[in-house]
Amino acid sequence: MTVSAILFLLVLLAAFSYFMGRQKIHAVYQQQRQNVDTNVRSKAKFTLPKYFGYVAALWSLVPALLVLLVIEIIDEPIITTQLTDYMVQSNLNVGNNFDLYLNEIQNLDANNLADVEHAKIKVFEKLNHLNKIASTAKSVIVLALAILMTIFGLKKITVGIPARQYFEKAIEIILLLAASIAVLTTVGIVLSVLFESIRFFGEIPVVDFMFGTQWSPQTAIRADQVGSSAAFGAVPLFIGTMLISFVALTVAVPLGLMSAIFLSEYASSGFRAFAKPVLEILAGIPTVVYGFFAALTVAPFIRELGQSIGLSVASESALAAGLVMGIMIIPFVSSLADDVISAVPQAMREGSLGLGATKSETIVKVLIPAALPGIVGGVLLAASRAIGETMIVVMAAGLAANLTVNPLNAVTTVTVQIVTLLTGDQEFDSAKTLAAFALGLMLFLTTLVLNIIALHVVRKYREQYD
Amino acid sequence: MNITQKVQKSLKKRYLKEKIFKSMGFISVAVAFLFLLILISDITIKALPAFVQTQIVLQVDLNEQDLGITQQSNVDEIRQVDFRRVIRAALKKQFPQVKKRKQKKDLYSLVSVGAEYQLRDLVLENREILGTTQKVTFIADDDVDALIKGVIDRNDEESGRRVKDFKLKLIETLEKNGQIEKNFNWQFFSSGDSREPELAGIKGAVLGSLYTLLVTLLMTFPVAVAAAIYLEEFAPKNRMVDFIEININNLAAVPSIVFGLLGLAVFINFFELPRSAPIVGGIVLSLMTLPTIIIASRSAIKAVPPSLREAALGLGASKMQTVFHHVFPAALPGILTGTIIGMAQALGETAPLLMIGMVAFIVDIPQSVTDPATVLPIQVYLWADSPERGFLEKTSAAILVLIAFLITMNAIAIYLRKKFEKKW
Repeated sequence: MTVSAILFLLVLLAAFSYFMGRQKIHAVYQQQRQNVDTNVRSKAKFTLPKYFGYVAALWSLVPALLVLLVIEIIDEPIITTQLTDYMVQSNLNVGNNFDLYLNEIQNLDANNLADVEHAKIKVFEKLNHLNKIASTAKSVIVLALAILMTIFGLKKITVGIPARQYFEKAIEIILLLAASIAVLTTVGIVLSVLFESIRFFGEIPVVDFMFGTQWSPQTAIRADQVGSSAAFGAVPLFIGTMLISFVALTVAVPLGLMSAIFLSEYASSGFRAFAKPVLEILAGIPTVVYGFFAALTVAPFIRELGQSIGLSVASESALAAGLVMGIMIIPFVSSLADDVISAVPQAMREGSLGLGATKSETIVKVLIPAALPGIVGGVLLAASRAIGETMIVVMAAGLAANLTVNPLNAVTTVTVQIVTLLTGDQEFDSAKTLAAFALGLMLFLTTLVLNIIALHVVRKYREQYD
Repeated sequence: MNITQKVQKSLKKRYLKEKIFKSMGFISVAVAFLFLLILISDITIKALPAFVQTQIVLQVDLNEQDLGITQQSNVDEIRQVDFRRVIRAALKKQFPQVKKRKQKKDLYSLVSVGAEYQLRDLVLENREILGTTQKVTFIADDDVDALIKGVIDRNDEESGRRVKDFKLKLIETLEKNGQIEKNFNWQFFSSGDSREPELAGIKGAVLGSLYTLLVTLLMTFPVAVAAAIYLEEFAPKNRMVDFIEININNLAAVPSIVFGLLGLAVFINFFELPRSAPIVGGIVLSLMTLPTIIIASRSAIKAVPPSLREAALGLGASKMQTVFHHVFPAALPGILTGTIIGMAQALGETAPLLMIGMVAFIVDIPQSVTDPATVLPIQVYLWADSPERGFLEKTSAAILVLIAFLITMNAIAIYLRKKFEKKW
């Protein structure tokens, strides 16, 4: 029986339990009502019958589901061990690569066994046999448990038990589990990048990766090929990422901050009502669109501009990618700045204005210093955004790892290299693909640290004026 | 000079500074607006030609004997017929002076390589046209298309022009005969990806996006709402809950590409789910949008006034009943608005999907969540990378469609917010 069939039966059984449980309590209540004198209100605790139904349904569903989950996890390793024992006992010659042999057998097609060697067919049959046993055992165990638990649950529910409290506790646990998925995701991210990174650092020393200045992940197929020695020094990528992020921030921070100040302190409410959604559109445009625009419109424009004043600009210059990225982050910076500036107490504003300062003096000398921690937090968040941004740089920045800080040259970034290393077909175990996970780890750690500092700063700042 | 005079003397300068500061603020906003305007108009101008398709009308002779089929032939027999020959014959008939091999090649390449399938489908649809001579409208090749739309300038030097003089003359003859038509490009919306710019469409990508978003919605919404309800209404103040909250806030700021790495390592390599499938894409995007929707749902729940809860509790409802019967329905519009905005974010996301292999050339239109598919932003990325000039306008058009979807979703969100917004 397939898993979905088992699940379907389980749900049916749970529905049955629900109705039976509800019916049982309902009948008891009816009887009580007939017995009790109509003039005297029953003092007994009254729980709605449906809650008893829910509890009965949970009894029949939850244990069976848990057991099913456990079986699903452990059945494959058990079958593999059994098969291995069988192969060892029957003295099969499987060659050197045992896993490969096993894989071949698992991929055999039952309808097309004509030109497969006899030994393999025997193992294949054994595997099918084991699979069948496992499947039958799974159905029998799970369904038997579910039926037993249904009977048990229906016996267990009586008018005396606090059914609603039980049910609500169960719901609360489900809610808690949903909330913990965020934690699970973080753990998943950390584990997946960490494991592959450890394997990578087993091949390439950490020091070479962190401080090497040569990045050319192409591993040669033949030994005599040009550029056959792969080098995994990530410094050019770090510098490139920082260069592009720096360009982006020099665009985004002043423009975003000034926009926020203008909109919150100077603009009429009508203009604000129009301008804020427009800025939000800027934030809502997919990054791939910005990338397309940067690569096809901005980069050629900058290149021509540079040529007209006698500068040689690379066609995939860091400037173009950084500029467009900066525009993309403007709404992000401006909305964060808006939050912190409007959190400055009105009294400080009025005090400054009352002493005769002009509006701009108030803003520069009172509001901004007061809001500075919040603004710094916002800038850090924007920096983490810029570092992790992928599509703009994939489309508009270069692939070659040049160690330079000149924004007119082409540089590559961490995210660009992750994408280049992982798109396309290559084997998963090569140092080349593992390097992508090591870069991912660096990216995750950097942005994590930036975020934690930023969130901490912003929170501290908020408390100051609350 | 006393203080008053000093202050008065400095006033002019200070007011000037004030003016400069204010105009700097205005300029910042204006720069952002200007950029948005340039971006949208640049893409729209590039995209407009894509909605028009150049077609060539030819007289084709569907002689039953030449084709080797009759009106009674079955589908398989008709599928095997080489209709390319018929189209070539029609072209040859119109330009009998073309004799040289190279010139013939130019002549035949006037119509798209998809033309023969167009003719085949026409025959399959209506077999009665077999044995007659028909006027059929064929899709033109992308070079012809570019020339007619003026993307390739006829007045350029021949050496620098993609369409050479000989071919140009052929096209101009057709134009003079009124055999070239420009029609609305339905093909763009009804076909999948193709290597030929004139045949490529976005239907596959749109459906792929739809399936991916469906998976994302089904996975995120219940979990996000449950998590938000727990954190707002039930969570005790302890370290574990603090830890969960910090986690959610951090996840919201983790670069999206890292979620792609998670998807690759966990769902594809460990759980062995199919590559390039909307189901994996949907799961990855749902993990990515989860924090956004949780945060939005929490603020919606927080906005429900405590008096509502107290009234319900006072009437004897349990905590759970209060939350599910009163607080949740009151917060639902806000939660839905947050969900739509999260979905819009997921629709525009590209980087994590690159990691899980959705960046493949897929011609077939996906039928289910486990079929290989691409999504709209990835289609944009793929086409932007193509060397053929014809793909430039297609890329821009696909971007317009993507932005149209996003604007619709956001408009719905704003409408919902306006309609159900309550001032408690």
